[in-house]
Amino acid sequence: MDIKNLTKGIIKENPIFIQVLGMCPTLAVTTSAINGLGMGLATTAVLALSNVFISMFRKVIPDKIRIPAFIVIIASFVTIIGMLLEGYFVDLYKALGLFIPLIVVNCIILARAEAFAFKNNVIDSLFDGIGNGIGFTLALLLLGSVRELLGAGSIFGISLLGAAYKPALIMILPPGAFLALGILLAINNKIKERKTV
Amino acid sequence: MEGASIFVIIVSAIFVNNFVLSRFLGICPFLGVSKQVETAFGMGMAVTFVMTLAGILTYFVHTFILIPLNLGYLELVAFILVIASLVQFVEIVLQKTSPTLYQALGVFLPLITTNCAVLGLALLNIQYEFNLLQTIAHSASAAIGFSLAIILFAGIREKLEIADVPKPFRGFPIALITASLMSIAFLGFTGLV
Repeated sequence: MDIKNLTKGIIKENPIFIQVLGMCPTLAVTTSAINGLGMGLATTAVLALSNVFISMFRKVIPDKIRIPAFIVIIASFVTIIGMLLEGYFVDLYKALGLFIPLIVVNCIILARAEAFAFKNNVIDSLFDGIGNGIGFTLALLLLGSVRELLGAGSIFGISLLGAAYKPALIMILPPGAFLALGILLAINNKIKERKTV
Repeated sequence: MEGASIFVIIVSAIFVNNFVLSRFLGICPFLGVSKQVETAFGMGMAVTFVMTLAGILTYFVHTFILIPLNLGYLELVAFILVIASLVQFVEIVLQKTSPTLYQALGVFLPLITTNCAVLGLALLNIQYEFNLLQTIAHSASAAIGFSLAIILFAGIREKLEIADVPKPFRGFPIALITASLMSIAFLGFTGLV
């Protein structure tokens, strides 16, 4: 057991900013802070659960058919999480829409299964899943907040910029997603560059 | 969308609701394999092929297996398995029958399994309650929309290679901003149908 497995996914190997994985949900659902947070937490749950199960069965699953086996395990958890969201958080379920079932093909989950859970024990895999999930959630929350702030003048529905602010609607529309993520990645690169100098 | 005419479905899937630029499906290959027009073209062709077949196949699985047996909740597991085996099958058939095409598509084929555009398409077809003809039209035109976006994008990125981009923006950031501008252009199609 190593606490590094938990922390490394949050900043140092952040799935969005460093590994640049799982772009589709990142861009699509971050129209507001709350959607970003919801998507992040749903993905974290699937990531942690599937990592645990894959790690548990890693000695049983034959090497050759491991990818289909991973996908079936992941798809089962996504179905469960989708049903829970539909039952208890209907608004969020409607807002995220198609992207809940599409958690199945989120590259982050398959990447962690293949690169980590299939080779490590259950506890480490759980921590790795939670760590990467938190990193993903934070990135989505950041992107969602930036877009909501610029596009609607609020964060989590609380108006911050006052009535005089004219919202830049484009930030909530599809182009704003590409633009905001592009600029955030560039800022991240600039900070990294400064640190190494 | 039920009962929508074929023409409306085609125009809508290629331009108005372009899979990449307005629905955000298939972003990974869109950013990953778009450095050269040639590879982008290969990826586009492979995706078009698989998406059209997958759309039709999942329609049959849904209509003739899942619905009669009342197994709607298994749709996700069933679809992803259909797509994964379809990709494998296409790979084997192409290898035997058309080695040139197989060589051209090469590494892109296995990557398509985790392309969310394919699964997204299958789920959308069900959600819109399309009939068989509409499903075929929607699948093919969504795939053409994907190819159009990735080939155009690759064309722009080839030019970007020789441009003087500020250092922090090199790589992914400038690619995303380019995509943003393309997306703005495609926004112009809103309200067309």
